[in-house]
Amino acid sequence: MSQEITDAFEGIDFPTLERSLRHPRTFFSSALSILTGVVTVVACIPLFSVLFMLIWRGGKRLSLSLLTETPPSAFESGGGFGNAIVGTLLMVGISVLISVPFGVLAALFLAEFGSDSKTASAVRFCAKLLTGFPSILAGVFAYAAVVLVTGTYSAPAGGIALSILMLPIVMLTAEEAIKMVPHRMKEAAIGMGATQTQVVWKVILPTALPGLLTGVMLAVARAAGETAPLLFTALNSNYWIVQDGELALMDPTASLAVLIFNFSGVPFENQIELAWAAALVLVMIVLVINIGGQILSRNKVTS
Amino acid sequence: MATSIEPNESIDSVASPPTTWDVAWDRAFRAMTHVFSWMTILLVLYILYEIGGKAIPAVQEFGFSFITGTTWDANKGEFGVLPEIWGTLYSSLLALAIAGFFGVSIAIFLTQDFLPAYLEVVFKNIVELLAAIPSVVYGLWGIYVVIPAIRPAANWVHEHFEWIPFFKTSLSGPGMLPASLVLAIMILPTVSAISRDAISSVPHKLKEAAFGLGATRWEAIFGVIIPASATGIFGSLVLGFGRALGETMALAMLVGNSNQLTVSLFSPANTLAALLANNFPEAGKQEEQVLMYAALLLMAITLGVNIFGAAIMRRASAHMKGATK
Repeated sequence: MSQEITDAFEGIDFPTLERSLRHPRTFFSSALSILTGVVTVVACIPLFSVLFMLIWRGGKRLSLSLLTETPPSAFESGGGFGNAIVGTLLMVGISVLISVPFGVLAALFLAEFGSDSKTASAVRFCAKLLTGFPSILAGVFAYAAVVLVTGTYSAPAGGIALSILMLPIVMLTAEEAIKMVPHRMKEAAIGMGATQTQVVWKVILPTALPGLLTGVMLAVARAAGETAPLLFTALNSNYWIVQDGELALMDPTASLAVLIFNFSGVPFENQIELAWAAALVLVMIVLVINIGGQILSRNKVTS
Repeated sequence: MATSIEPNESIDSVASPPTTWDVAWDRAFRAMTHVFSWMTILLVLYILYEIGGKAIPAVQEFGFSFITGTTWDANKGEFGVLPEIWGTLYSSLLALAIAGFFGVSIAIFLTQDFLPAYLEVVFKNIVELLAAIPSVVYGLWGIYVVIPAIRPAANWVHEHFEWIPFFKTSLSGPGMLPASLVLAIMILPTVSAISRDAISSVPHKLKEAAFGLGATRWEAIFGVIIPASATGIFGSLVLGFGRALGETMALAMLVGNSNQLTVSLFSPANTLAALLANNFPEAGKQEEQVLMYAALLLMAITLGVNIFGAAIMRRASAHMKGATK
């Protein structure tokens, strides 16, 4: 009986149930798996290459004098970029002051008070547009709206340019964070007779705080590294922002990013080394803020 | 409660209706959030108005010849940005081709259980950290690492394949290829993150059904998963393209800022954003207006691409809502 069956199937090529790389389908599948794996590993090379170069070329210049001295001229040796660090912090601070209240208030409207309104969808659309807005155009706008009006390159002009880049990030992440607040907590507060505004201040904002902070930190990390908007709003300066005990707020202001750009293409070894050191400091600042923000978002209150 | 309440004693309740002040503050605060929302819309309109308004004199003066002209000479008052428009699109497309292949491959590799979950997270974070490195640092790295690294290979290719238009010049330093490579690295996180979201939103049941019919892993990926997430993947490419168009610093440092129309990968070129970055700080009155015109063009291109990308993403998410998880 079994013999007959075997005879009947004689000459028919059965697919075996074994996996073997000799089968084109199996081979194709494994080859593609290996290829995408290699691609993924290759994509990680640039990051490590950048970090290695920063540490190798910028690390040897790391010293306290970097933070206390001003940039050297072409044939000088030594020097630092303390004024650029101060300038970067100042301008990012200005843009935080503008974009965080603005972004969080608008996000409250988007998530709480008018979440289904036509206004809200228009605002979301505008925020998404701003997310993809080229940073150089933020600089062009701030130049037209601030520098031409005040007649001077200044730190506030740079801060305003940066705040346009921060605003959509802060707004959209804040909206998500506010939406994550459990409904029951809000309902409990409303049941106690709280007005909507009291609910916002006493329940929503405290609960959504980690999420809000994450958004702000990601936005700060992005703004700190931006160069293009500062090129013709804050320009650059070789001096401290505080001169002779006076705050020169409405003067051109140095920043780490512009300093790197200016020193990157010069033929002077000392300035090139400073550019690498400044890049190392800038990336450290950005990565610390960025990773901090991601850790915060991991420890979010989940309902 | 500490005090015991006698049944017939009148109670002074601790609860009270909101005072007039509470109600007023509530209304004012809600109005304030409304105002700030409107301000977002007004801000976008104001940006359009500022850049557009400042560009008007140049638009009236040069009109359409600005887009088709190929010389840029501030002293003669001749301005044309065709090479820059070409360079912007060309570098972004090159970068998109590289980043698209890498980004989608990574998205597939990190969502289809090739690796244990913790390794997937590690790789995902590494790729996302690429986005955290500032543009100007990529430019610096490009000048001192990428250009020296690819120059020998590029010149070998140029020597042996000079008859192919892509390789018709030698790579002396800055040029289209190093700029596009670095640009690709910069948009890779965007492409891979959005693609990964699209791919991981494909219901598992579809993949399991394909496996049940005897498909290999990659037959399931090509036959089921990619078609199901195609809209989202396409959207990621469009958004990555939009990001590449507006990228400034790395290009200003690597593309060579030379005003020429060329398909050669090894020749220096220029892009709109790099033109703005390099010329704006020292521009005279007339050149400033012309640069505003160039900024207006860049804004029109990027806004167009981004609106298109957002529309695709909306379709992709609507498409996925129908799928049962």
